[in-house]
Amino acid sequence: MLLEVKNIVKRYGNLTAVNRVNLSVKQGTCLGLLGANGAGKTTLIEIMEDIIDPSEGEILYKGKPRTGSFSQEAGIQFQETSLLLFIKVKETLDLFKSLYHKSMDVDELIKICHLTDIQNQFNETLSGGQRQRLLLALAMINKPEIIFLDEPSTGLDPQARHNLWDIIRSIKQQKKTIILTTHYMEEAQHLCDEIAIMDEGKIIAEGTPRELIKKYCGAATAVIPSNAFKKPIGSLSMKCREIKDSIEIQAEDMNVCLNELLSLGVDLGEMNVRTPDLEDVFLNLTGRKLRA
Amino acid sequence: MNFKRLWVIFRSRNYEFFRDRSAFGWNFIFPFLIIGGFSLIFGGKSYNAYKIGLFPHATQISATESIDIPDHLKPGHPKNGDHIKLTGFPTFEEGMDRLKTHKIDFLLKIGPKPHQYWVSDSSPKGFVAEKIFLSGLAPEPDKKTAVKNEIGISDIRYIDWLFPGILAMNMMFSALYGVGYVTVRYRKNGVLKRLKATPLTAFEYLSAQLLSRIFVMMFSFSIMWVGGSLIFSIDVNGSLPLLFFVFFLGSMSLTSIGLVLASRGTSEEFTNGIVNFIAWPMMFLSEVWFSLEGAPQWIKTVSEIFPLTPMLRAARSVINNNAGFFDVSRDLTALLVMTSLCLATGAALFSWNE
Repeated sequence: MLLEVKNIVKRYGNLTAVNRVNLSVKQGTCLGLLGANGAGKTTLIEIMEDIIDPSEGEILYKGKPRTGSFSQEAGIQFQETSLLLFIKVKETLDLFKSLYHKSMDVDELIKICHLTDIQNQFNETLSGGQRQRLLLALAMINKPEIIFLDEPSTGLDPQARHNLWDIIRSIKQQKKTIILTTHYMEEAQHLCDEIAIMDEGKIIAEGTPRELIKKYCGAATAVIPSNAFKKPIGSLSMKCREIKDSIEIQAEDMNVCLNELLSLGVDLGEMNVRTPDLEDVFLNLTGRKLRA
Repeated sequence: MNFKRLWVIFRSRNYEFFRDRSAFGWNFIFPFLIIGGFSLIFGGKSYNAYKIGLFPHATQISATESIDIPDHLKPGHPKNGDHIKLTGFPTFEEGMDRLKTHKIDFLLKIGPKPHQYWVSDSSPKGFVAEKIFLSGLAPEPDKKTAVKNEIGISDIRYIDWLFPGILAMNMMFSALYGVGYVTVRYRKNGVLKRLKATPLTAFEYLSAQLLSRIFVMMFSFSIMWVGGSLIFSIDVNGSLPLLFFVFFLGSMSLTSIGLVLASRGTSEEFTNGIVNFIAWPMMFLSEVWFSLEGAPQWIKTVSEIFPLTPMLRAARSVINNNAGFFDVSRDLTALLVMTSLCLATGAALFSWNE
């Protein structure tokens, strides 16, 4: 294991932001930390990054407690970071490069992160997508063994987001270990090998996306208008829930599901069947109500 | 300590200062505006003259006109020099109004003896103006018992006295805002947190901030000194390198106060308040604008806790009194002690993200 999170607790006064979390991150994998706003993702990732200290527990890197050299081997992109003013993009990369013992070639990094056209622009003139690409480049400047990305695509338009995903995929191809927090399920599904879902400071589910979907959602999701049911949905043997004017049924076996629906006289004329995704897993586990 | 890391942070901070044209320009223009304004206003001696009101008379009093007042007060009288300024008032009420509000020091009714005058008991300048008025009425032989001796040194203009004060004040604001305020802003918007995630140490970061600000301040000081010397003909009686050294130590101690301010906090508004809380008493008690001569001893004692006080005392001694290194060594030691104390405190309290 490259990184091990052991029994981590973080308290702020009476609030427990992270509550007895245990995690293991294998070398060369991309772990996604999913959770609603306030679930404790950022606090946990910042403890892993050695930015904040835990109240209890320990983090092991390569089997040992982290030392001062951890910052030489870790690449970090925070959720919110301002950059130095009146400094150009290339100068920013040169500055950060000088802070580390080993580093990537700045021109190569500029090419990888699609910064060529803006390398002589001042930081404060960058758009959201350009900024995120620069922050990602800064996270990679020291040829890190492990990269932490805290909500890297939040606030980006679809083009900028897909562009960022392409860059992250290229990092994955270099067998780098990535820990990523996000609340975009699509992002986690596209990029992550392993998923840990957090809720109220705890890890409530862990596994590969496929394992989680299979475990919490079944093989398929059937969506049928509520008015197609002649009998109450409580009579169904399958896991189901009512969403607005529709009923969502999670089917382990679609043939069994269809037989049961037909036997209950449900009108299947407007039925939609779709493959469940991480969003279904997430909503099944954390519910649909807005959190305070 | 990694000097490469220190150098890149030093350089980036300098880029920020020199590329921010508005801040850069203002840092140079502001002191010249202040000095220019003050030399314009206070360049003559009228601001310091005793103001005597005469009634009944039109506001303007011509230097050549004949008025029925004692000779020694008349405009252009050789004994007056520029020390008495006469102003006319058409009525007694108008004159009294100005006297009560300390806009004039003494009010005299125009007319033959016995003269009638009014003066405020609470006005020190009124007291002296009354003595001047009465002394002129005394018979000349009585004054022969006193012998006048003139001091033979060249006159130190107000601008000569003010100029180092303005430079030091500019340094003070530059240090407190350029280090204290800016670092708090960096902490608030996450720049410091991003730097914490790198191998950069707090000591390297703080040293770079300190050196960068001292460099910027000494650069500004040099430019302004040359400009000031050319525009206002400021002469240094003592050693110019010693003067430079005094300002260098002063900039170190002021910047180290900035580092203490920068050590904690994420609120720019709060830091602004603290900067004002420190800067204003320092400015007024360190004799930037006026001398504390005659002020109570406790005020003079309090003023010694501010680095601007020994810095300005040493600088003015070098500029005006031809003081040497040993003459100002006590002030230089005070600056070094203050710098060490503030640096140690700032480094001990420093936090990247709290």
